[in-house]
Amino acid sequence: MHVELKNIHKHFGKVHANKDICLNIPSGSIQGVLGENGAGKSTLMKILSGFIQADTGSQIILDGKPVVMHSPADAIRYGIGMLHQDPLDFPPMRILDNFLLGLPGKFFPNQKKAMQDFNALAKEYGFALDPESYVDALTVGERQQLEIMRLLFLGAKILILDEPTTGISAAQKEKLFATLKKLAEQSITIIFVSHKLEDVESLCGQVAVLRAGELVGELKPPYVTAKFIEMMFGKAITLGEKQSLAQTELTLLLDNIALEDARLKIKGVNLEVRAGEVIGLAGMEGSGQDLFMRACAGLARTVGGRIQLKGQDLSGKSYHVFKRKGVNFLPAARLEEALVPGLNLMEHFILAERPAGIFIDQTAGEKLAEERIRAFNIRGAPLSKIESLSGGNQQRAELALLQTPLSLILLEHPTRGLDIESVIYIWSKLKERCAQGSAVIFISSDLDEILQYSDRILVFFAGQVSQPIDASKTNVEQLGQLIGGKGWANYA
Amino acid sequence: MLKARLKGLALQALAMALAFGAVSLILISAGASPLEAYQNMFFGSVGSTRKFAEVLVAFVPLLLATAGLLVTFSAGLWNIGVEGQVVMGAIVTTWVYRLFLESALPPALIISLAILGGMIGGAVWAALTGLLKTFGGVNEIFGGLGLNFVATAWTIYLIFGPWKRPGVASMSGTMPFPDEFSLPLLANLRISPWALALALIAIVIIYFLLQGTYFGLKLKAVGKNFRAAYLLGIPTWRYSLYSFLICGALAGAAGAVQVAAVYHRLIPSISSGYGYLGLMVAMLINYQAIWAIPVALLFAALNIGSIQLPIMMKLDSSLSGVLQGALVLFVLLMEGVRQKIVKRAP
Repeated sequence: MHVELKNIHKHFGKVHANKDICLNIPSGSIQGVLGENGAGKSTLMKILSGFIQADTGSQIILDGKPVVMHSPADAIRYGIGMLHQDPLDFPPMRILDNFLLGLPGKFFPNQKKAMQDFNALAKEYGFALDPESYVDALTVGERQQLEIMRLLFLGAKILILDEPTTGISAAQKEKLFATLKKLAEQSITIIFVSHKLEDVESLCGQVAVLRAGELVGELKPPYVTAKFIEMMFGKAITLGEKQSLAQTELTLLLDNIALEDARLKIKGVNLEVRAGEVIGLAGMEGSGQDLFMRACAGLARTVGGRIQLKGQDLSGKSYHVFKRKGVNFLPAARLEEALVPGLNLMEHFILAERPAGIFIDQTAGEKLAEERIRAFNIRGAPLSKIESLSGGNQQRAELALLQTPLSLILLEHPTRGLDIESVIYIWSKLKERCAQGSAVIFISSDLDEILQYSDRILVFFAGQVSQPIDASKTNVEQLGQLIGGKGWANYA
Repeated sequence: MLKARLKGLALQALAMALAFGAVSLILISAGASPLEAYQNMFFGSVGSTRKFAEVLVAFVPLLLATAGLLVTFSAGLWNIGVEGQVVMGAIVTTWVYRLFLESALPPALIISLAILGGMIGGAVWAALTGLLKTFGGVNEIFGGLGLNFVATAWTIYLIFGPWKRPGVASMSGTMPFPDEFSLPLLANLRISPWALALALIAIVIIYFLLQGTYFGLKLKAVGKNFRAAYLLGIPTWRYSLYSFLICGALAGAAGAVQVAAVYHRLIPSISSGYGYLGLMVAMLINYQAIWAIPVALLFAALNIGSIQLPIMMKLDSSLSGVLQGALVLFVLLMEGVRQKIVKRAP
């Protein structure tokens, strides 16, 4: 289906989120939409998929006909389906039930027919999904596959994908891209929203770049990375020299630890982490790195072995004991696990300071908040509610909550969903901590990030943990293989 | 900002109008004049000093229960068990009085001990709900509801069993206590200034506890995001239990006042439903302590004013409950409408 966006405007209060955007997307093409966080990509896609309405005067034209959509259900009737960053499914239900959801309503769905349709569709695209199993057992990549199938089955002729490569493995990404190319051949229009240059470069036939709500320009292959960055940020950005700040003092000692959860068993991990050192944890989601990290924080119980922090044995102790000894854990799910929606920035800083006394010192609190807001370059005021901040600013706020001093900082996906500028900023703050003697262990699904910022890397595969790998002596290809379970002979 | 606030106030006024409108329709369909009914309720509550004193008698336990519930709501807990905690407060107060029936201690001391006992009783009963939740994985709504039935059944058992009146047990309750066991009342009225002071002090303390203390802030963090509060270093389970203890103590105080200042004995319906009514007040004021006094006073006035209805108009006094329920529903509805408007505003 041919999509034309004409003079799209959208105001949120004083914020002009989309400024006069015009895009022409031919049927069967793969259109990239690139921009940093807050550039207006999500707003534009939400308008196209019926989640929000554009200001009056904006026009959406499908195959030459102007359409007005009031809801995502309207959009799917016109053939527009959106795959969200977090798949919109119901984990405790069967795959087949999820597939049936949203189908035009019959009170008693025909399970048998649906099963046949499901299997036929899965076969066509080479997805190995068992309709009888449950969604919570799937990886993010498989949940995307399910969602794509559901949208196609609903008759989607335009597929919008919002940051689909966050949180999936390299192998799953390849598969996704192959599927998308196949769909485009069947004249389905693909709109691919991302802030990752390499993804856009390897997939899209043309790329629209947004900055501060405006369409800066469109590029066609062959792509020049530097040109993209200049258009996204209005200036050139480089990652900077790789630097190691590891010191000699031993911070964390893992002695033959064993871990278990419902799905995985990890055995016999030994690791010594020095002050100032950065350890990157690589692996497909759910390969054991999250369990390992939570064990380092005292949030998951070890079933064997010892954990020592600066010579003190902390095995079997709770997170609060770890925290008192200088361990901080920042989870990936910001609004679910790390921050308290409904409380403002100042209240967060006050809580993190573990204040003594009974009555809240408002003036001191505001002073503290203003200091932190300045130091961490947060766009917000002391009394801004945390949920009103953008993702990047929430991440900065999380960093600003870290205690001082710290022995060990544990981070899950510290820069997931953030643009390059924010990524560089956050790592500069973390490296400051390293210089002060904090060790850092972090999980990331971005191998470039792991190679750039770690001193040593642990790779996880189905509960196996590699020997620490020197980050300066490896590369994306080798790590990719290890993550996929190949080439373990030298590292197990 | 100001405009948004005005809009909010307008919607609240609309909610009130709708609630009264809905109840008026019910009255008209029953063949009664709404105006006459409201008039009766109004003069039945503030028409004389005596009647207003009765309103205050209802206001005291209602405000105490509401004050307690503000704490559990802040901690994100639905303390439905507040009703049973009121009852437990009354039971323990009665028990302490019975211990000192023959004692020569000064009555003021005995009264203080009895009320303190009631508070502890309520707190222990609430803690039971909290422990069931913490260590047994029983949702506080189910645990609280179950314990409410246990507390009520226990009252009946005590009245008809171990504490029955000499001679024959009766629904009218246990033997009344001697006069000196009563909290001092105002001359010729049934209201005790001590009880009123207790309730007002309680709500003021709760207001400052929630607004201005680190304890209150931590409690709110636990209520709004249990997981993040834990990661921020707050001992979450302990704070949940603290909130149960505080709410239970205040609910227990409500029960204690019912025995020490109102009924002077244990009766089967000693709580008069003030626990449940407190839940309504807390919801109506959207968990903001500052509104607790006027709204609790209004609800108490509706309760007392409606007593006139069967006398004057042969209507059932439960009309006040209908009106209270309608108020809560419409105010919550308008809150939903307001949020929709806020979201849609460009």
